[in-house]
Amino acid sequence: TIVAYILRALQNYPLYIRSIPTENELKFHYTVHTSLDVVDEKISAMGKALVDQRELYLGLLYPTEDYKVYGYVTNSKVKFVMVVDSSNTALRDNEIRSMFRKLHNSYTDVMCNPFYNPGDCINSRAFDSMVTSMMMQVC
Amino acid sequence: MEQGAAGGAGLLVPLSDTEQQRYSELFSLCCCPPAPEGGSAPAPAAGGSKVGDLFRASQLPADTLQQITELCGAKRVGYFGPAQFYVALKLIAAAQSGFPVRIESLKCELPLPRFMALKNDEMRYGNAAEIHGIKFQVPHATLEKNSFKRADEGDKQETKSPPKSPICSPPASPSSYQRIPLSYGYGKSRSGFEQPHGATYEARHSTHQQDGSAVGNYGSKSALVHSSLSRSLSVEREPQESSNYPDDPWRITEEQREYYINQFKSLQPDLNSFISGSVAKNFFTKSKLPIPELSHIWELSDVDCDGALTLPEFCAAFHLIVARKNGYLLPDMLPETLLPDFLQPASLKPKHDSALLDSYSESLPVSQQTRDFNRTELETVHEDPINSEPLILFGAVTSVVEPTSVEEVPDKSALTQDANSDDNQAVNTSTTAKTIPKDFKPSQHLSAKTVVQESNTLKARPRSRSYSSTSIEDAMKKGEEPPTPPPRPQKSHSRASSLDLNKIFQQNTQAMKSGWLPPPPALPPRPFVSQTEQVSEIELHPQMNRAPLQTEESSPTKKEILLTQPPSKPIRRKFRSENQMLETQELTPTISVTSSLSAIKPHLPAQNRQSSKQKRAIQTAIRKNKEANAVLARLNSELQQQLKEVHKERIALEMQLEQLRPVTVL
Repeated sequence: TIVAYILRALQNYPLYIRSIPTENELKFHYTVHTSLDVVDEKISAMGKALVDQRELYLGLLYPTEDYKVYGYVTNSKVKFVMVVDSSNTALRDNEIRSMFRKLHNSYTDVMCNPFYNPGDCINSRAFDSMVTSMMMQVC
Repeated sequence: MEQGAAGGAGLLVPLSDTEQQRYSELFSLCCCPPAPEGGSAPAPAAGGSKVGDLFRASQLPADTLQQITELCGAKRVGYFGPAQFYVALKLIAAAQSGFPVRIESLKCELPLPRFMALKNDEMRYGNAAEIHGIKFQVPHATLEKNSFKRADEGDKQETKSPPKSPICSPPASPSSYQRIPLSYGYGKSRSGFEQPHGATYEARHSTHQQDGSAVGNYGSKSALVHSSLSRSLSVEREPQESSNYPDDPWRITEEQREYYINQFKSLQPDLNSFISGSVAKNFFTKSKLPIPELSHIWELSDVDCDGALTLPEFCAAFHLIVARKNGYLLPDMLPETLLPDFLQPASLKPKHDSALLDSYSESLPVSQQTRDFNRTELETVHEDPINSEPLILFGAVTSVVEPTSVEEVPDKSALTQDANSDDNQAVNTSTTAKTIPKDFKPSQHLSAKTVVQESNTLKARPRSRSYSSTSIEDAMKKGEEPPTPPPRPQKSHSRASSLDLNKIFQQNTQAMKSGWLPPPPALPPRPFVSQTEQVSEIELHPQMNRAPLQTEESSPTKKEILLTQPPSKPIRRKFRSENQMLETQELTPTISVTSSLSAIKPHLPAQNRQSSKQKRAIQTAIRKNKEANAVLARLNSELQQQLKEVHKERIALEMQLEQLRPVTVL
């Protein structure tokens, strides 16, 4: 089951957070925050090769907690971080990629809205519904 | 008065005329469809299930009903014969009046039993009845009142009761039949436990009968009245205000459409092109709706998510804004009538849309749908209040238009489905829409509706948009930015002169405010040339948006230059008179060069070697300078022109200011 999904902007402040269940949200915040360091490291390492869709598999960050954290960065350095429960072994690489692609598309739609200022928290209902549907689909 | 009808049980149950009639009707109801004429025939027995339903409809507790069945003898006899049935009904009446369920109570004169929610029975009486039955079940209490009001009217109109119309004529007027017990029940409650005269009941009954027949014929209108009344009473059934309107609030009328198109034209003259996001944002912000709502409206209306609004998208967005300003809540999904596909053909078909919408209603009973269907057939004008709404001028807050009559819930209720299941939705709507017309007279709009439905299947948003589209947007946006200032002519003939120019420009950027600039290091210090360069630099300032200041500065600097350059006074004067002739300006540098050369010459005493070298150096320098001067001269002329224009603007502005000054003082 996808446990959490967090979107962070260029300066690493969160733009969007969604998690199921919502009790351990703080823990997810922490997890994601620490994973950002790894994300940044990978970005700098890749250099100019980051033209295509990027993806960041971190694998098991904390083996004891059975979480897998996946990352994805857009051209504008907006980071999408997904925390997935490891017990869900049915989630394959392609699925993760497709999910990130969908998220990126939805994010682009949000950006197209002239009333959305980049850097605001995302309050789009369409975006919410898309994320919800994705999470339900996996759960 | 007939006395005794319960033969089987050995009871002599006094039944009044009315009661007799009523019971026989009910009996016929319970016997039903196969043998409707068996109402008064004692032979057939009432169907047990139907009787059970009827008894349950009396809203008595179950044990009471059991008692009743026992008492009436059905259990003993094993079936519900007419006698037992009548006894049971009487007992029900007694129980409803609060009397104990005893045989003794039967002896009293009791009002008729009331049966609420006899929907099950009605449903089987064909389509027309179905309508009324369902209708009547829900707003029951109100309908009672309504029917009673109508009864009053009927009474006043027809005090002379016509002969008793055959009441037991069954499915022909089961609806009327249904109304009667209700009205009777109401009449009973109204008059308390008093037994009005049978005659009055008869009168009422007959009037009701007539009313009932009238209802049968004009069921739509009565339904309309009732529905509207019930509507006003049961507000909780209408979760959304938008359903208050008889017509779809999410449909754009012709008037509105024209207005939107005009607004579109004001923003973007080409109707086939689109309005960019920023333009639209500014425009819609004038509507003074909160930004999150505007953001949501944009989300809804920009279907292809390209950051721009085509004409139908714009109409949809505008319409949503209008609706929101009038108090409607924004839907979660774009209503079908606002889809660009729908709006493109620019065909407004309110009737078939009502048919469309009917299939989407969740919170409204079927009755209102039928009413609308009937209304369409009755050719009521679909001048919805939105027409009468003032077409919003941005900045003017319009008052909420009060609901005039009932409305079905717009598409949003069904459009809560996920956007991914649009195809399913289309299928569902088509099937449901088809079933509904079967029930109600299929209107000629059905064909039109199905066609529209097919065209309205929400296409999946094309994901062919690649990330390069963002660059297209950027390009679009760039195109809207104010045109970049004309590039400075940097025609250079040689590298050296271009370098010189670069240095000049660098110096310009560095020292924008200073009037006196240090001469460029590359060029040998020639006072005149440096002066011209300084002047040109100064004149370059207007290009850097410091026009008025620099013009002032340039004029004093010019004057200063004049003073410090006595030998070149005549040349200076020509220069100052803004002579655009390049020759003169080119002459000046050459003359200056020669003058400086002549000035330099005395510095070279009798050293020939050095002089030759210097000559060479000088000559190269001269060449360089000539070229540089040519370039500068051209530049100068252009700048002079700009300066002229800026001067003119300044003068015009000053004049305006002076004109306005007395006004401000006052």
